[in-house]
Amino acid sequence: MVDLSALRRPPIIAASPMLRLQPPAARHILRAAPAVLEAAGEALGLSLSMPVCRASIAATRAALWLGPDERLLLGEASSAIETARRLQQALQQQPHSLVDVSHRQVAFAITGPQAATVLAAGCPLDLDPGAFPVGMCTRTVLAKAEIVLWRRADDGFHLEVWRSFAAYVSGVLAEAARDLADT
Amino acid sequence: MLLISCPYCGARPELEFTHAGQAHLARAREPAAVGAQDWADFLYMRDNTRGVHAERWRHTHGCGRFFNALRDTTSDHFVATYRVGEPPPQGAA
Amino acid sequence: MTQAFRSADRGRVDRTRPLRFSFDGRSYEGLSGDSLASALLANGVHLMGRSFKYHRPRGVLAAGAEEPSALVSVRRDAARYTPNLRATQVELYDGLEAHSQNRWPSLSFDVGAISDLLSPLFPAGFYYKTFMWPRGGWKALYEPCIRAAAGLGRAPREVDPDRYANRYAHCDVLVVGGGPAGLAAALAAADRGARVMLCDEQAQLGGSLLAEASGDPTDAWLARSIESLRAHARVTLLSRTTAFGYFPHNLIALNQRLTDHLENPRAGQTRERCWQVRARQVVLATGAIERPLVFPGNDRPGIMLAAAARSFLNRYAVVPGTRAVVIAACDEAYRAAIELHQAGVAIAMIGDVRARADGDWPEAARRAGLPVQTHTTVLGTEGRLRIKAARLLRLDTERRPIGAIQSHACDLLLMSGGFTPSVHLHSQSRGKLAWDQRVQGFIPAQAAERVRSAGSCRGVFSLAAAIEDGADAGSSAAGDAAACTTAFPAAPDSSRAAPDGAMAGYAGALPQPQAAPGSKAFVDWQNDVTTRDLALALREGFVSIEHIKRYTTAGMATDQGKTSNLNALGFVSQRLDKAIAEVGLTTFRMPYTPVTFGSFAGFARGELFDPVRTTPIHEWAVQHGAVFEDVALWKRARHFPQDGEDLHAAVARECRAVRGGCGIFDASTLGKIEVVGRDAVTFMNRMYANAWTSLAVGRCRYGVLLREDGFVLDDGVVARTAEDRFHVTTTTGGAPRVLALMEDYLQTEWPELQVWLTSTTEQWAVIALQGPNSRRVLQYLVQDVDLSAAAMPHMSVARGAICGVPALVFRVSFTGELGFEVNVPADYALAVWAAIYEAGAAHGITAYGTEAMHVLRAEKGYIIIGQETDGTATADDVGLGWAVSKLKPDFVGKRSLARLAMSAPDRRQLVGLLTSDPQLVLEEGAQVMLSSGQRPPARPIGHVTSSYYSATRERSIALAMVAGGRSRVGQTLCVAATSGDVPVQVTSPVFFDPEGKRLDG
Ligand SMILES: [Zn+2]
Repeated sequence: MVDLSALRRPPIIAASPMLRLQPPAARHILRAAPAVLEAAGEALGLSLSMPVCRASIAATRAALWLGPDERLLLGEASSAIETARRLQQALQQQPHSLVDVSHRQVAFAITGPQAATVLAAGCPLDLDPGAFPVGMCTRTVLAKAEIVLWRRADDGFHLEVWRSFAAYVSGVLAEAARDLADT
Repeated sequence: MLLISCPYCGARPELEFTHAGQAHLARAREPAAVGAQDWADFLYMRDNTRGVHAERWRHTHGCGRFFNALRDTTSDHFVATYRVGEPPPQGAA
Repeated sequence: MTQAFRSADRGRVDRTRPLRFSFDGRSYEGLSGDSLASALLANGVHLMGRSFKYHRPRGVLAAGAEEPSALVSVRRDAARYTPNLRATQVELYDGLEAHSQNRWPSLSFDVGAISDLLSPLFPAGFYYKTFMWPRGGWKALYEPCIRAAAGLGRAPREVDPDRYANRYAHCDVLVVGGGPAGLAAALAAADRGARVMLCDEQAQLGGSLLAEASGDPTDAWLARSIESLRAHARVTLLSRTTAFGYFPHNLIALNQRLTDHLENPRAGQTRERCWQVRARQVVLATGAIERPLVFPGNDRPGIMLAAAARSFLNRYAVVPGTRAVVIAACDEAYRAAIELHQAGVAIAMIGDVRARADGDWPEAARRAGLPVQTHTTVLGTEGRLRIKAARLLRLDTERRPIGAIQSHACDLLLMSGGFTPSVHLHSQSRGKLAWDQRVQGFIPAQAAERVRSAGSCRGVFSLAAAIEDGADAGSSAAGDAAACTTAFPAAPDSSRAAPDGAMAGYAGALPQPQAAPGSKAFVDWQNDVTTRDLALALREGFVSIEHIKRYTTAGMATDQGKTSNLNALGFVSQRLDKAIAEVGLTTFRMPYTPVTFGSFAGFARGELFDPVRTTPIHEWAVQHGAVFEDVALWKRARHFPQDGEDLHAAVARECRAVRGGCGIFDASTLGKIEVVGRDAVTFMNRMYANAWTSLAVGRCRYGVLLREDGFVLDDGVVARTAEDRFHVTTTTGGAPRVLALMEDYLQTEWPELQVWLTSTTEQWAVIALQGPNSRRVLQYLVQDVDLSAAAMPHMSVARGAICGVPALVFRVSFTGELGFEVNVPADYALAVWAAIYEAGAAHGITAYGTEAMHVLRAEKGYIIIGQETDGTATADDVGLGWAVSKLKPDFVGKRSLARLAMSAPDRRQLVGLLTSDPQLVLEEGAQVMLSSGQRPPARPIGHVTSSYYSATRERSIALAMVAGGRSRVGQTLCVAATSGDVPVQVTSPVFFDPEGKRLDG
């Protein structure tokens, strides 16, 4: 019998100097009321009661605020089962929804002093550090695709996008990088 | 492109939102008890306000929440935005 | 003759950098810093174009963006050919190739000019009156001919090879206009710490200061201002950037031109960048545009605005003539006369339209010995390709002649009718305008955005006042931005506006002692609208300025009436004897100046026009020769032709393979929603028409989703994977719509339910195996799943693994055959698909596409949302009445089903249609008629929704929605086809295996 579990194939993307496809990760969408989210955070060792549009990080885990009842949980690819186990244990009788979306989306890192300007080719948000500080995250749009954008450093962004939009998003960012050369 | 203040996330560009029709039209708890004319009104009749209009938006490409807004249809300016379940702000319209 | 009209000592051009260029194939020399217009004038070329309707010879009227006449095409190569550029805004580069427009065979001899002689035939509205007969003549004959004869440059036919870019930007204060007021505003705002952006349409900042003689004291101020703006880290300066549109909530669109001025743009360099700037506060410092004067023959080459002449002289070092007549309605004209006189131009006469001319500049002109007379009007001009003389007459206030008609020989006529504030952007922002008597113009009144106007765009004309005005506006804008003020600034104080008289000028047509038949006094140069056209419109009863504009097309050309609107208003006001303020103003629209399509499109072209969504199995399909079709944003394999098969042959083979063995199909695009929570079943019961309480864990059900109005919205298989968890599938195109509808009900109608939704469309790839051999193909590949009929009946689901990869395996069928749908996490799908395909080789596995899928489901009478349904079909109409729960008290759409019309017997119902000729495939969308040979208006009783050739039945089949269709089974009806009416027999919509025996293999 063939075992293909080592054979992951990420989507094909457009190459660009400022853009790096990130390795596979464990991703869950956790949806629940605030009190349950707080309990879930305790089980995972990081706060899920963060302010609006902010991420929290602890060791190799991160949680991103996507909506008042919705968090995106990120971890190393190997941690998916452990995350689900811990949450199931902690939340047993508490109403919530936990859905594995590890393969639904991929992540890009966009880094460099021009990172915000490249994103501004398609993202209508103000990415000035004063308006979009380090630690801020949100769902938004990049040109005609929906993305999740998370600022990890002054000149570094983490971008999550649904798998089938990865080629488009990387293509737009590659064009934007080319335009920057002309500024 | 409008700038819309999501009651959860703050001011965001219109590209992140979806318009969702007139606000404060509650679905009857027991639709079967609603008469034919009232039901037809609920389905099809909408205000066409010149001035401040209560309408729904969804921050689709943001927090995902539906919310209500008072917008002046003559100027496109928002008088207020507020969460589902909250009454329109006092004195707004 | 090389640059014979170049001034030796004036101008801001670089005399050390001569440039070669060509115009209509003739080679000329210009200087770095020239515009095409100034370079042509330096060579004595005034004739630059032919007018739109009458093909009259035209020169250059202005020196900037408002130029209505000197429109040219610039050609770099066959694909890089830009028509309708204003020669005054085309920056000269070495090798520039420009062409005049709207003339044949040449600019100086244009056959089309006969229309000037025939002009009595072309009055305003002539289109509407003349080309009425015969019917159809307009489209076939008149319109093409008129379009060929009248018009502007031609568009290039090749694909635009250039790159364009988009960028969003945000700032505290956006300043539009880099003249004195704009620079002062930007400086003041930056000094208060604001994030500032300043844009200007010209290559250099400075605005009107660039038209001052070099060495003027303002030079130092300009240089210092630009330097200190550059030193601010939070200031962005954009030159060659036009703010062309003002959108709600302070979103301003800018078009930045990056390469059009370059001799050799780099390959792939961005040509234009479209900026969308969201500004907390906006300062408009857009200046003012000089008005021409309206008199007979006012459009000949050599007639230009006084300020334009100053600009050509002082900025571009061009002496635009040798002997000038100056017509003044504003003191500014005297400055031009004095400066041109100093540059060696003889001033034949300064004729002032006004009764008095005793300001500083008129006095200076008199002191310089220039001839000045008041009470002047212009009766006409002479000259064909260049003005030769002007005929003047003095009229007293009762329009009685004072003295005799004067004829002044000249090769230049300057005119100044005063200045019209450029209120375009303020007006686009929906701000109010008010007529200002002292300015004799409309100036910004109450703002409707967080915007201020400063300088001459609000009538503050003097330099010192404009700088002060700009600084005040910039400073208060920065203050309001910092305070996040949401209120709109109050209507500005207009006390700084121009003092009476000196700048006010004139609007309308100059008085004439008597009618002069045959002469043309142009109001709108670009659209060839004369006073006669406006008079005709008034005579015919048009009184609203909006109607007059449309009837005469005044102000409707690409320049949107920058030089003509106020004169048109003035003329109407004179004729109606109403104040201009009462006549009103037409609407200003974007774009301020024309913008290329490329700039609007930006990155959104070719592969990036729209996202192209592909499944994880796409690569395999490409390698196996799939032909793709677009379904929503997805590319889906439509069929897999082999050895030169056409669509028909490939689909027939794929269908036979499924019915006879095993087909493999990529169903990954299906929408998937995970419905989770303790109230999941309650939520499903309320959303879907079906009953869900009885659905056991591990079982599936075909779900029908209605809208609140009772009509079918979507469908799909729903699996219960746990007590509190449903795996819901939707149609490919319906996924976002269904999720949004569910969220809507959940958030707004039933917030008390403890249930949440998550899209898993892209988490799972779906590999469908359909056909009697599908179990045999799969059984040795899966782990922890018992595929036997006993363990896994039709409509069931099991969690397990395939090839070591976690999988959710469904036993479902959209073909009527034994079938499975294997869901695997997307990154594994390609490997799993390949492994299944390899294992299936022994069982004749065949990849099939969406077309075969459509045929197979149609053979079974399974509907497709959007094909059989069109938003007006109930579940019962399409034969799904069985799926609708009769017991549930409520679900979305249930109340509407009780409406009488929803159960009317003549509703269109799903039926099958069979043609008597088995090879004839009906057209989808064709109308179904009761009988053949009906004449219009015949009433159709239905329409064909799906129609294919069925390889299984070896004949054509069709599905149709027919009024009272189920009661018509057995009847013969008629389908209207292009080749003639086709008799059809009404049948059941199930064409194959009506008992459903094949579901079990
Ligand atoms: Zn929001």
